[in-house]
Amino acid sequence: MQPEVAERFAAEQGLTRQEYQRVLERLGRIPTLTELSIVGVMWSEHCSYKSSRLHLKKLPTRGKRILVGPGENAGIVDIGGGWAAAFKIESHNHPSFIEPFQGAATGVGGILRDIFTMGARPVAVLDALRFGPPDDPEAGAVNRRVIRGVVEGIAHYGNCIGVPTIGGECTFEPCFSANPLINVFALGVFRRDSIFLGAAKGVGNPVIYVGAKTGRDGIQGASMASAEFDEDSEAKRPNVQVGDPFLEKLLLEACIEAMRTGAILGIQDMGAAGLTCSTAEMGDRGGVGIEIELDLVPQREHGMTPEEIMLSESQERMLLVAERGRESEVVGVFAKWGLDAVEIGAVTGDGRLRVRHHGEVVAELENTFLSDDAPLYDRPRTAPLRTAPLDAPSLPDTGGPELLAALESLLASADLCSKRWIWEQYDYQVRTNTTAGPGSDAAVIRIKEAGVSLAMSLDGNSRYCVLDPRQGTWLMVAECCRNLSTVGAEPIAATNNLNFGNPERPEVMAQLVEAIEGLGDACRHFDTPITGGNVSLYNETLGDGVYPSPVLGIVGTLDHVEAPVGPSFRRAGDTLVLLGGILPGSGDRLVQRFGSSQYAKTVLGRTWGLPPALDADYEAAVQEATRRIVNRGLASSAHDLGSGGLAVALAECCFSPERIGAGVELQTTLGARETLFHEAPSRVLISVAAADIEETVRIAAGTGVEAAVIGQTQKSALSVRFNGALLFEASVDRLYDTWDTAFERLVEP
Amino acid sequence: MKFGVVIFPGSNCDHDAVYALSGNLGQSVTEIWHESEDLGDVDAVFLPGGFSYGDYLRCGAIARFSPVIRSVRNFARMGGLVIGVCNGFQILCETGLLEGALIRNRGLRFICRTVDVVPGTSNSPFTSNCRTDRPLRIPIAHGEGCYIADDATLDRLEAEDRIAFRYHGENPNGSRREIAGVLGVGRNVLGMMPHPERACDPAVGSSDGSAVFHSMIAAAEAARALHAA
Repeated sequence: MQPEVAERFAAEQGLTRQEYQRVLERLGRIPTLTELSIVGVMWSEHCSYKSSRLHLKKLPTRGKRILVGPGENAGIVDIGGGWAAAFKIESHNHPSFIEPFQGAATGVGGILRDIFTMGARPVAVLDALRFGPPDDPEAGAVNRRVIRGVVEGIAHYGNCIGVPTIGGECTFEPCFSANPLINVFALGVFRRDSIFLGAAKGVGNPVIYVGAKTGRDGIQGASMASAEFDEDSEAKRPNVQVGDPFLEKLLLEACIEAMRTGAILGIQDMGAAGLTCSTAEMGDRGGVGIEIELDLVPQREHGMTPEEIMLSESQERMLLVAERGRESEVVGVFAKWGLDAVEIGAVTGDGRLRVRHHGEVVAELENTFLSDDAPLYDRPRTAPLRTAPLDAPSLPDTGGPELLAALESLLASADLCSKRWIWEQYDYQVRTNTTAGPGSDAAVIRIKEAGVSLAMSLDGNSRYCVLDPRQGTWLMVAECCRNLSTVGAEPIAATNNLNFGNPERPEVMAQLVEAIEGLGDACRHFDTPITGGNVSLYNETLGDGVYPSPVLGIVGTLDHVEAPVGPSFRRAGDTLVLLGGILPGSGDRLVQRFGSSQYAKTVLGRTWGLPPALDADYEAAVQEATRRIVNRGLASSAHDLGSGGLAVALAECCFSPERIGAGVELQTTLGARETLFHEAPSRVLISVAAADIEETVRIAAGTGVEAAVIGQTQKSALSVRFNGALLFEASVDRLYDTWDTAFERLVEP
Repeated sequence: MKFGVVIFPGSNCDHDAVYALSGNLGQSVTEIWHESEDLGDVDAVFLPGGFSYGDYLRCGAIARFSPVIRSVRNFARMGGLVIGVCNGFQILCETGLLEGALIRNRGLRFICRTVDVVPGTSNSPFTSNCRTDRPLRIPIAHGEGCYIADDATLDRLEAEDRIAFRYHGENPNGSRREIAGVLGVGRNVLGMMPHPERACDPAVGSSDGSAVFHSMIAAAEAARALHAA
């Protein structure tokens, strides 16, 4: 091949001039087209984490319950009783904008394969979604199409394969109009002694391809996810994979059954960069080489080139290494489920990935060259991008009627309204283990075999992070752990998805680094090591990037299999206790921090200042107090205070089927607006039967936490008195209708 | 009592049925693979929810040609108890063991929700333990659960007291005459969209669904007693 041709092809594969030079120097010859394709995709941002790897090392990854940390297909934690859980979060942002239904569907398919490739049966999915506003004057119609498509895609895949989608979150900002974020978390369970890893072993052992045939779909999906979008992005639609959940269901059952034969030594799904990534990574992890013959790869199209076969991201495929002589046991199981299982190569001892096509070697590369030697960039960074003003505008005084109207508009806002329209499209009950589903602070499933339950929460607040990425990330970790605490769960480990713009812009790189450092410190503080995750960069279209949007998933354990305490009030006459107090901490710069609140965004239509202050030790104490109170059965309900502050939390607690209301009496020197709507963390609203108040207060005091008694539950009305005067009284039914029906009106106007 | 739960490729509520019947209700359960024509010595067959064979073409349309369905048809003809839930209901309609058909929900969206259903009759081996004036809280989870049939068929079903369940309060999917479940001509075949197997355990929300299985157990015991006599 002519050097110029190779150089041009290298550039098309996304390799920079320097990266191409590196390939030339290492090989000492002009690479083949197949080799350039392989290097291009393995060194893409998506596969190599070349902009983030340096900083990801700052995250804590070890802990007493961590069985498998980052680097494998998913992290694994010990959940007790001889059982373990594998979990991970992954994004499918770029494909979901190009083709919302298939992009989101294959996002679910991909993360589920990451779980069952480790031997675990997937039992829960949660998703964190970020869209442009459905009522945006310009982009509204497109945003609604994306929202509907993504939700249907997730529902289609998850419902069909029979894994419940039990929770998540969904918020809206204009920056997500052309850059929606679709982050899917999945969790699976298995016995501790049946973990499978994605490492090839044993020279001479067969490398077996199983599942769907390879087609031309999804070629260069990983590269697409490593660049910004422009006007021509529509042309990338063929780069989006097409999913078949039925096939994945068969693959899931067949893999779990085949693993039981004991003949499988290593197994890995084919996700981003398909056959390339799976062969290179399996060889690399096992310290061996892999040689494959592409003619043997099951193909659904004629005349595919070696590059196309190696880069295809056709879905529902796995690669495994079996013990020589026992291939037929494995193949037999796949045949029972009607799936292809074909030996396409063997493990070698030379640490190389060797690819043949029609018998000829078309690529030969060292595994370490593709992985360890991948470029690593310490990209320049300045101060994090900031566009909002730091100082607060002067705010007009407000009375009771305005505050009630503000509460109603918050409850009707896309960010805070009920997302029932979304989650009712998901089968959140299948497998009959969901003891706390959508609408709970944390989703909970029981693991009957182990006698425990697992609680999960996904959190992230892009608005906080754009004002201060480090502080916003700290608050995210705190809220996630607090959500688990409200159901009584002990947080044990985390997975993260870092969604950012173009890291080649120093002010974006700064956001990324601040967030990672904040994440590392916060996860150390709350003792929730990171077991893996995903980095999604270049979430930009035509130069407009997303808010820095880290998303965190935390898993916690409960030592029982009963339904946990929920967020809504259970009966009239219980006492309302605000654990943490009306304003934890000093109240330092409260008005400036009010600029990051949902009230500022929704009611005032502007954002300024800083995210709320966080006293991390006090936060931990509040969580500890909450868990103790909940686990002693003292709380009838427990709900975390988050976006919209105390007022929104109060309203949400009233939304049980019985519509129990509350009579609240607030005594404070703060203004009424700030008291009701500020978003200081470290607060949990619980309702407690009269007989249990004394012990509740005693437990809180024992952990150094304020337990402010702020009123009582009552029938059907939410009334708020402020320093002795009635601020407002509202019908719970009316508030509920506002909150419950808003989303449908927004999405299907 | 011995239940046989049929497993098609794509079934995904099979596990839930097995757990409800054995774990919650203490009955004996055997799993029957779709390629098997041998139902063994089961007292009742359970066709679970899911997406049999991917539900390509039309829900349940491919399953009706499976080997196991041939046996289920004979089993039903001999008077055996057959219950089909969700995709199982769709399959029973496709096989012709039940009248009517299930089409996409009004609103065209998949719906997962716990709803109220009232038994339309207590004169069946599936509802004898139910009261027609007491709604049951049972979850639905389907995209194609809108029950339709022509007026003559609906009139006949009503005249013959073969409406097993109706939605109460709200009709979530637009089913004609609020029908959530129907009985076959011989009253020994039931198809229903709500999932009683998901409502056998208070820890996951409701145990109202167990009334259906308690009715079946009572019917099987009565049949055995009759046989012994």
